[in-house]
Amino acid sequence: MNATGRTWRRPPILIKDRRWRIGIYAGLLAYLVAAAASIEIDWLRVYQGLERGWRFIEGFLRPDFTSRWNDISHGLIESLTMTVTSTVVGVIISVPIGIGAARNLAPLPVYAVCRSIIALSRALQEIIIAILFVAMFGFGPFAGFLTLSFATIGFLAKLLAEDIEDIDSSQVEAVRATGASWWQLVNYAVQPQVMPRLIGLSLYRFDINFRESAVIGIVGAGGIGATLNTAIDRYEFDSAGAILLIIIVIVMVAEYGSSTVRKWVQ
Amino acid sequence: MPARPVARPPMPARAALPEIAALLKIESLTKTYKTGDKALKGVSVEVPSGQVVGLIGPSGAGKSTLIRCINRLVEPTEGTVRLGELDVTRLSRRDLRRARRRIGMIFQEYALVERLTVMENVLSGRLGYVPFWRSFMRKFPPDSVEKAFALLDRVGLGEHADKRADALSGGQRQRVGIARALEQDPELLLVDEPTASLDPKTSRQIMRLILEICRERDLPAIINIHDVVLAQDFTQRILGLRAGELVFDGPPDQLDEKALTEIYGEEDWTAMRRRASEDEDEEPMHHSERELVERLEGLS
Repeated sequence: MNATGRTWRRPPILIKDRRWRIGIYAGLLAYLVAAAASIEIDWLRVYQGLERGWRFIEGFLRPDFTSRWNDISHGLIESLTMTVTSTVVGVIISVPIGIGAARNLAPLPVYAVCRSIIALSRALQEIIIAILFVAMFGFGPFAGFLTLSFATIGFLAKLLAEDIEDIDSSQVEAVRATGASWWQLVNYAVQPQVMPRLIGLSLYRFDINFRESAVIGIVGAGGIGATLNTAIDRYEFDSAGAILLIIIVIVMVAEYGSSTVRKWVQ
Repeated sequence: MPARPVARPPMPARAALPEIAALLKIESLTKTYKTGDKALKGVSVEVPSGQVVGLIGPSGAGKSTLIRCINRLVEPTEGTVRLGELDVTRLSRRDLRRARRRIGMIFQEYALVERLTVMENVLSGRLGYVPFWRSFMRKFPPDSVEKAFALLDRVGLGEHADKRADALSGGQRQRVGIARALEQDPELLLVDEPTASLDPKTSRQIMRLILEICRERDLPAIINIHDVVLAQDFTQRILGLRAGELVFDGPPDQLDEKALTEIYGEEDWTAMRRRASEDEDEEPMHHSERELVERLEGLS
């Protein structure tokens, strides 16, 4: 070592011991190589797939809105109805659950129940719930509506609860010191602090619900997804292209609209 | 003795003003936090009606805990707090809310609800008096609204009723905080570091306003404050708290070097004491205000 210049090296962050570090990284690399090697690729299938993909792109380039317009407009209206109703119902149910799942407002038993509901809703992916509801209530938008409402609760209640737990507690303390009741406390100290974010999250969820409505249609829960599925099954790629374009436009409009409203409520 | 002014909802407003000998009586108050920290170790003190008390002490001495135990924002572990005849420490939740509306509180950093209007913030002082639907619909009784306007005029913010609280400056916000506390028709004011985030000039204005209002209404107050000079200038009695124990209780002029050392520990207090004595000519205040402005400009 040089006596005058001191050297410095950044200490390792995760694994302190050098031997373990090298061992673990080498093991991970070996696994990755072995796993990649185990994937079988049928190059002929890939070639055929590319061909089919090209026909798809051709359909996209010459989208056909007219010949299946009845099916498309029907599916669209169904999807939008599903989105609006499930978002509204989901938000209405999420608010009390979100309040109950905020540890700084709810007593422990209420907290536990609300957190369990959220955990259940988040554990199940939309498609799985949709399959379940389609099996229970049959094909069509009602199953889709239930699915999206259920998924909205898990999403919105969790984020709302976390937002409530993050609020400025001095404002709550000040309102409590006036002798306010619990409901007044929620109305005066909590609501003003979380309202802009609640509105923003609801609009964001509206976006998500519209996109999801296209996905769950594929498993039979109605909406534009069902129309898209039918078009692809019939190899009508020009109609499918038209549907995809419409979905993209609507999602973009919803996205732009919701971000504008979010800026406005802040 | 007349009954306590625990007014029932229909006719709440003026809860008997003159005879409220709202004597605050704290007896061997102890607070041990869940972490095992002993914030208060048996504090006993009495505050007669109309007296403005300054509570000083180093950070962590338990000043904040002490005043929060009085309206039970912090639940005391042992001891009693009496407001007049009422034992605040033994109240049910419902009765505690009734008791809280008799105790106005003014906070450090104002603690206004930022997204509500100034008027809503002031009217929130009536929450303990009105049923939920009235507060939810913002339909407060006319006399509450009238009182709120009068208070806003009193603190010099009559024009700002419909502004959002976060549109005001620091000094203005603290004035709203004062109006909110007074809207409660309190019999006691708890004031927690009212000047902590204000510049020196505004600090003195706010302290003066609090003091004037206490005089007008013969309202007792406990002001938790770390600025010893402000405390000496504006209060009639000083309590010194150190590590959860009361180590000084006397008029401001008795707060000499020995007492300060007892409260805060060893330090050369002469400079501060000198400043305090030449304080009346206000010159050093202007000086430090300019300094502050310069510092702020340097930051931006």
